[in-house]
Amino acid sequence: MTAVAQPTGAPAAWPDSYGEEAKPRMGFFTDTTVCIGCKACEVACKEWNLIPEDGLVWTGESYDNTSHLDANSWRHVAFIEQQKPLKLDGDVASIDAAPLRWLMESDVCKHCTHAGCLDVCPTGALFRTEFGTVVVQQDICNGCGYCVPACPFGVLDKRHLPRSADDAPLSLPLLGKKEDGRVWKCTLCYDRLKGGHEPACAKACPTDSIQFGELDELRERADARLAKLETEGWNGPRLYGRDESDGVGGFGAFFLLLDEPEVYGLPPDPVVPTAHLPRLWASTALAAAAVFAGLAAAFLGGGE
Amino acid sequence: MTDRRPIDQSRPRDNGRPAGSVAWRDSITALGSRMDSYYGRPIVKEPVWQPEIPVYFWTGGIAGASSVLHGVARLTGNETLARRALYIGAAADVVSPLLLISDLGRPERFLNMLRVFKVTSPMSVGSWILFISGGASSTAAVLELAGKLRPVKWAAELVSFLAGPPLATYTGALVANTSIPVWSEARDELPWLFGASAAACAGAAAAIATPISEAGPARRAAVGGSLAALALTEVMERRLGFVGEVYKKEQAGRYGRIAKAATGAGAGLVAWRGTRSRVAAAVGGALVLAGELALRWSVFRAGFQSARDPRYTVIPQKTRLSAQKGATP
Repeated sequence: MTAVAQPTGAPAAWPDSYGEEAKPRMGFFTDTTVCIGCKACEVACKEWNLIPEDGLVWTGESYDNTSHLDANSWRHVAFIEQQKPLKLDGDVASIDAAPLRWLMESDVCKHCTHAGCLDVCPTGALFRTEFGTVVVQQDICNGCGYCVPACPFGVLDKRHLPRSADDAPLSLPLLGKKEDGRVWKCTLCYDRLKGGHEPACAKACPTDSIQFGELDELRERADARLAKLETEGWNGPRLYGRDESDGVGGFGAFFLLLDEPEVYGLPPDPVVPTAHLPRLWASTALAAAAVFAGLAAAFLGGGE
Repeated sequence: MTDRRPIDQSRPRDNGRPAGSVAWRDSITALGSRMDSYYGRPIVKEPVWQPEIPVYFWTGGIAGASSVLHGVARLTGNETLARRALYIGAAADVVSPLLLISDLGRPERFLNMLRVFKVTSPMSVGSWILFISGGASSTAAVLELAGKLRPVKWAAELVSFLAGPPLATYTGALVANTSIPVWSEARDELPWLFGASAAACAGAAAAIATPISEAGPARRAAVGGSLAALALTEVMERRLGFVGEVYKKEQAGRYGRIAKAATGAGAGLVAWRGTRSRVAAAVGGALVLAGELALRWSVFRAGFQSARDPRYTVIPQKTRLSAQKGATP
């Protein structure tokens, strides 16, 4: 069970499996305190990754009309209007003397150290790249959908839009479906990384709210930033997903938030489902033995 | 509840429901404090599985437990029951992969399931179990019908006999190994519940198909399995605590009640009149089968319901965090 969550900060079998091709682990540090909600990250991501349009709506939820990450939105800027002071020393933005702050956060796939989606994928379509990121191979994915409920963050989703024109023709027409049917999520711009470029969202971010780099360095930078905000008396700064001892072994893409994670639609204590799997398998084997024993016992009374 | 409706609801989003329709903006009191959410939106995604999946949990259970019933009947010399259970199991084993393939987003790539074997993925393990079980039981059934190649038939019977019990229970591990609150939190009960349900179904199906004089073990399996499934459902709902309330609501609640009523009535009828009346055994068996299908549907829908409401994701996690904080001051 090598790929079951280990109590370490390193992904299972990575980077050893890459040998000399291994690269430093790359990731994002999303500092929400400097996000201005411009959504350039959403647009750049859609453009670079050729993500199809999936409907336009007005939600009435502040400036957010994307609402959540899904198969066709790999960056999502959350907007939260709060009657809370931005700073604790009385230096507040205010309307009618009531404290007011507007939180913005660009959400993205967390590229977990222990990734539930990758663990449960039955085809091997999801894999860990040489950069330590988690990517879906679209030529392998058969749309079983197991990764969708496995993700503790609700990042992955099946694409229900029509197949694209340049998609491979059906080898078995009887089994074909009209929709794309595969699962899509952020690749941390695997293709751009291969070419030595930073991901599109980080490139487009005008305030460096999205910072891309080697994970170790990003963590140091985040620690320094948090210390500075605490010194300045900001209300509620905290790092989310920086800690390697959390339920997913730390995020490859982590965040600096100004309130509880659930305020941003993030789980407060995410745990990779496979953390429970050794016990679950043992229980399943026992239950299987019980099915056998129970059915055998049904024969004790003879044929009648 | 103050709904904030989107201006354009007519155009469905990619997830098949209008955006903003989940406009749940109440805050609730939990752990003595207000629980916040992002406009009441879900945190984990609802499964994308279609009705084929719970139906497969049912047919897969029938296939797995029927293989066991068949094997033990063969060993104890009850040839009539053995043959009926073999045919029932093989039929369920043939239907099962068709249901699974139909649910795939890319059905033409179904063979990719056998591209790797991953013990971290109950679906991968299950695909192999179903592949082995289905191949073995259908081979055995065809050879039984043809009356040829005895040694091959025995080998196939042995393989399906061994693959049966895990086929009956792994589906419980499959749904429990997710981030869906009502499934994940029931990980200690689900493999047992699905196993008991499978035994009840296999017994019920064999009791319908087998003459009374040979069907004693099938009737006992139907009644025993039903009672175990009813008891385990009760245990699961109680141990789930707060999250378990989804089993009282909407489809999970409705089909859960149908499951209990039909299973209880069916098991009662089989136990009461099943030894004397073939009709009673058949009606009782059909009620058990229907009840257990309703149970699978109830569990399936409960997963969706618990994913849709962020409280079921957040509150157990916050409770866990505050307990950890209490333990390490």
